[in-house]
Amino acid sequence: MFDILKDLIFSSGLVSLTGGNLAMWLISFVLLYLAIKKQYEPLLLLPIAFGILVVNLPLTFLMEPEHGLIWFFYHYGIELDIIPPLIFLGLGAMIDFGPLIANPKTLLLGAGAQAGLYVTFFAAVLFGFDLQEAASIAIIGGADGPTTIYLTSKLAPHLLGATAVSAYAYMALVPIIQPPVMKLLTTDHERQIVMKKLRPVSKLQRVCFPIVTAMTIMLVVPPAAPLISMLMLGNLFKESGVVERLTKASSNELMNIVTIFLGLSVGATMTASTFLNPKVLFIFFLGLFAFVISTAAGLIMAKFMNLFLKDKINPLIGAAGVSAVPMAARCVHKVGSEANRRNYLLMYAMGPNVAGVIGTVVAAAILLKNLG
Amino acid sequence: MPELIAPIAGNVWKILVAVGDKVELDDEVVILEALKMETPIYCEESGTITEIKVKEGDAVNEDDVLVVFG
Repeated sequence: MFDILKDLIFSSGLVSLTGGNLAMWLISFVLLYLAIKKQYEPLLLLPIAFGILVVNLPLTFLMEPEHGLIWFFYHYGIELDIIPPLIFLGLGAMIDFGPLIANPKTLLLGAGAQAGLYVTFFAAVLFGFDLQEAASIAIIGGADGPTTIYLTSKLAPHLLGATAVSAYAYMALVPIIQPPVMKLLTTDHERQIVMKKLRPVSKLQRVCFPIVTAMTIMLVVPPAAPLISMLMLGNLFKESGVVERLTKASSNELMNIVTIFLGLSVGATMTASTFLNPKVLFIFFLGLFAFVISTAAGLIMAKFMNLFLKDKINPLIGAAGVSAVPMAARCVHKVGSEANRRNYLLMYAMGPNVAGVIGTVVAAAILLKNLG
Repeated sequence: MPELIAPIAGNVWKILVAVGDKVELDDEVVILEALKMETPIYCEESGTITEIKVKEGDAVNEDDVLVVFG
């Protein structure tokens, strides 16, 4: 009888708990609070937080290679690169590239904002991270969860938890991070600029866009293929109008299912030993830096373009090149409406916003090609 | 008769005026919801509302007429 009790106690996780585990529980509880009570990106933060909690309960072997339940999700979903592309499939089925097609110049804004990534890359190297780690940190500035996860899982998997949480946290904080940068780098007069009406976009253009873009990007930057092909396929589903069941499945059921596995797996990589080290603090700092610099880069690019344009663009939309869709576009609209109530920048900002998604994928592909 | 048209596509969230109301430039007339964001639409000129062409919950496209005034 006593032996059974002794056995029960010693095989329980309780005796193997470390202080680190307890710290991670605290982090998990904070994230659960933010997700449930404050509703910060709950679709991702909740499973991530729960993943953190369960992986820091000892002896469960949930992340044990070849055996753990969550390990299987992680291995087949993330390590084998299935989940991020599927999220992009759903994203493409929801994205409207119309404002970008109507005003192709905004592609340059999406590209310009990515300059922030490169600045962050060098900053990260200066901070002592190796090249692969620096790339994974830099991509946070792309404000794109799946791309961050995709790149980090390939280049620096030990940083996956930190970079992913960083990316999603800052995406939720865009309404706080961006406005000060936007107000600093633009004049009152610039913020009031009303842009020329967007030309209507025909169905033919909407259907050709994903096909042409997919082909161009995959020919020029082949490593972008998994993400870009799925993004454009999803968009083609939507714009063709003939496969509504597939469009719905991609943007709803599939997206939701994949998000569950993604969140849980990413959270489960955050064991006490991988997460509780000073590098992580630098990652959070550099992630914020990346967002700020990317916002600035987009704004500066817009101001630069205005030197050559007859129909001026409102430089605020440059900030939407940071591809947190549609948070950054919403933020641009708000700041724009503060300067001029009757200026409705939302749709104009969506151009660079969606261009930024493509830009971040290309940037990630280039980093992958050179460092992978 | 001057009209207030929708500057963006979205759903009509709230209508803040009634037929017969006098409105001034920059008054909030209608709130649209676009991309999950409440987007107030402001008056382009002063006048009196003669007709409200949408109701709460309607989906509108860019350039749809929201309100007519005289």
